[in-house]
Amino acid sequence: MNANLQPGGAVAAEPRAGAPRRGAAPGGRDPWREKREAAAARQPSVLTGDVLYLQQVTVSFDGFKALDDLTLHVDPGELLCVIGPNGAGKTTMMDVVTGKTRPDAGRVFFGNMTNLLTMSEPEIAQAGIGRKFQKPTVFDFLTVFENLELALAGEKSFWRTFFARLTPRDRERIDEVLETTGLAAKRDTPAGTLAHGQKQWLEIGMLLMQEPKVLLVDEPVAGMTPQETERTGELLLSLAGRHSVVVVEHDMEFVRSIARRVAVLHEGRVLAEGGMDAVQSDPRVIEVYLGA
Amino acid sequence: MKAPALRLPAVIADRASVAFLASLAVVALVAPLLNLAVPESSPLHLSSYAVGLIGKYLSYALLALAVDFIWGYCGILSLGHAAFFALGGYAMGMYLMRQIGTRGVYGHPVLPDFMVFLNWEELPWFWYGFDQFWFALVMVALAPGALAFVFGWLAFRSRVTGVYLSIITQALTYALMLAFFRNDMGFGGNNGFTDFKDLLGFDLQSDATRSALLAATAVALGGAYWTCRAVLASRAGRVLRAIRDAESRTRFLGYRVQDYKLWVFVLSAVLAGVAGALYVPQVGIINPSEFEPINSIEVVIWVAVGGRGTLWGAAAGAVLVNYAKTWFTGALPDVWLYALGAMFVGVTLFLPRGLAGLLPVRSRDA
Ligand SMILES: Nc1ncnc2c1ncn2[C@@H]1O[C@H](COP(=O)(O)OP(=O)(O)OP(=O)(O)O)[C@@H](O)[C@H]1O
Ligand SMILES: [Mg+2]
Repeated sequence: MNANLQPGGAVAAEPRAGAPRRGAAPGGRDPWREKREAAAARQPSVLTGDVLYLQQVTVSFDGFKALDDLTLHVDPGELLCVIGPNGAGKTTMMDVVTGKTRPDAGRVFFGNMTNLLTMSEPEIAQAGIGRKFQKPTVFDFLTVFENLELALAGEKSFWRTFFARLTPRDRERIDEVLETTGLAAKRDTPAGTLAHGQKQWLEIGMLLMQEPKVLLVDEPVAGMTPQETERTGELLLSLAGRHSVVVVEHDMEFVRSIARRVAVLHEGRVLAEGGMDAVQSDPRVIEVYLGA
Repeated sequence: MKAPALRLPAVIADRASVAFLASLAVVALVAPLLNLAVPESSPLHLSSYAVGLIGKYLSYALLALAVDFIWGYCGILSLGHAAFFALGGYAMGMYLMRQIGTRGVYGHPVLPDFMVFLNWEELPWFWYGFDQFWFALVMVALAPGALAFVFGWLAFRSRVTGVYLSIITQALTYALMLAFFRNDMGFGGNNGFTDFKDLLGFDLQSDATRSALLAATAVALGGAYWTCRAVLASRAGRVLRAIRDAESRTRFLGYRVQDYKLWVFVLSAVLAGVAGALYVPQVGIINPSEFEPINSIEVVIWVAVGGRGTLWGAAAGAVLVNYAKTWFTGALPDVWLYALGAMFVGVTLFLPRGLAGLLPVRSRDA
């Protein structure tokens, strides 16, 4: 067995002290429900098939199967949450989609036509798949503004960027994202000096700049204060509908508040899938998380 | 208020750039003046030997700048830049050889001496055109540039990075050294080229020509500095620094990292070639020892001593270390290599940002 597998913890996690309990508000009122429904309402009414489709994907590292015959689909405009214990293969799944890791078997399609397995990382990024990494990686020596500038959607060849000038439209866009991410005051600070939570936000901001069709967001609220977590949830929900968003998170409360559909990964495959309540009462899921 | 009469382009308007370019201008003007206009009897007179030496240092400074441009800003540690330097030098040397004409030992109107000596009947095809200065200038850029393009295309596409890349650049320069040592390559074998007479009709031994070469080297160094700054100030320059700090992250933003590395590597190789071309007429000789792997390593030491990632620091490092080398090889020749090693270790341990790190001026984008 894999030493990284540490069942337990996540599902049973207590809400943080002082954090407003999201998801199930007292009196049965769920403030997040409206937001989730609003996001769902923005989804295209005519479903044009999956935006992302992983079919029987297997990835092994020295014989150990990080992904084992994984099949997963993402609908247009949906917000899908992927949960699962440590080492379940969540990050590896994102690695496969973004071209970082090549699977040993299986197929990965973007839209109906695009085979992601034949594309390089920059090609996949340019095709419209953006990613936020589990460990926030921003460019420390560049300012917050410059980090966002580099993420700006558009042509990215050497000569284009050599002659590129920021258009007023670009500046507006960057300022917009600075506002959205609450980093306006940090505009000209080197990203390396930001606090952990702010780096997370900057990385989300960089994701927004790319204007991707699919956002893969790996553990966005790790290390965030309850307030920041809440704002992140709102932001992700506001993106769903226009974009497809895949969120990997351990914070169950957070997942409960934003997710309509949840996929539980375990040992490289989907263990259960569906609404949060259904998934959480699934005996197999309970077994995996509580080790019962 | 009126706008100032002289407005520098924004990319070289920072304090460090202004100071660097101003000192270059001063050297380019004052050194020839002290050599040509001040009588030899005066204590202010600068000897012709010193003029040649300064010119040589400046060409080394250009080489160091080329290395710092890719190492300091894109994380490509080339241990083979002496090869590009030597190729540029050989291209210039070929022109200078053909300028000798009938003044060679054998007096052959077309063939350089070494070819007559080897009983060659006619000029090899790759020597054609080198009687033209413009052609030689094109080759000064093209030869190193093309080699860097092919090498970089293969290396960066297969994502060879870090120490592996450094090692194959060493292999590159070593292989070229072995090739140039061979007589039948047509580049003069282990003797290389020497006994140059004149350049564009100007006598290479004359003081005026030496001063002009020094000034030309200073101008080339300033121009290269400006070019590199322009690249670094553009969005492409920020992508380069992004690659240096988090290469794979840059890919996920949609940048084809291999292309960026390739273009700066080629530009850097061309600058190194220009440095070599300016070096050869000033030292009067080029031979395969210029390709020696140790030479490329020394360049990296100059950059580390001066301060990686500042450009001007690298140039200053080249001048300082080579001044020290001149002094040591005169006074204590056996000690030089130890001194160089000590300098490198000392800087690595105590001055990670090199001597440039000691100065208050700091370019924001380092
Ligand atoms: N490059 C690699 N080489 C070897 N093993 C790897 C590699 N990448 C991931 N693994 C292994 O694959 C398994 C799945 O890892 P992955 O990072 O996808 O898990 P995860 O679900 O994201 O976990 P976490 O919640 O801890 O982030 C782990 O056991 C990990 O050790
Ligand atoms: Mg992970």
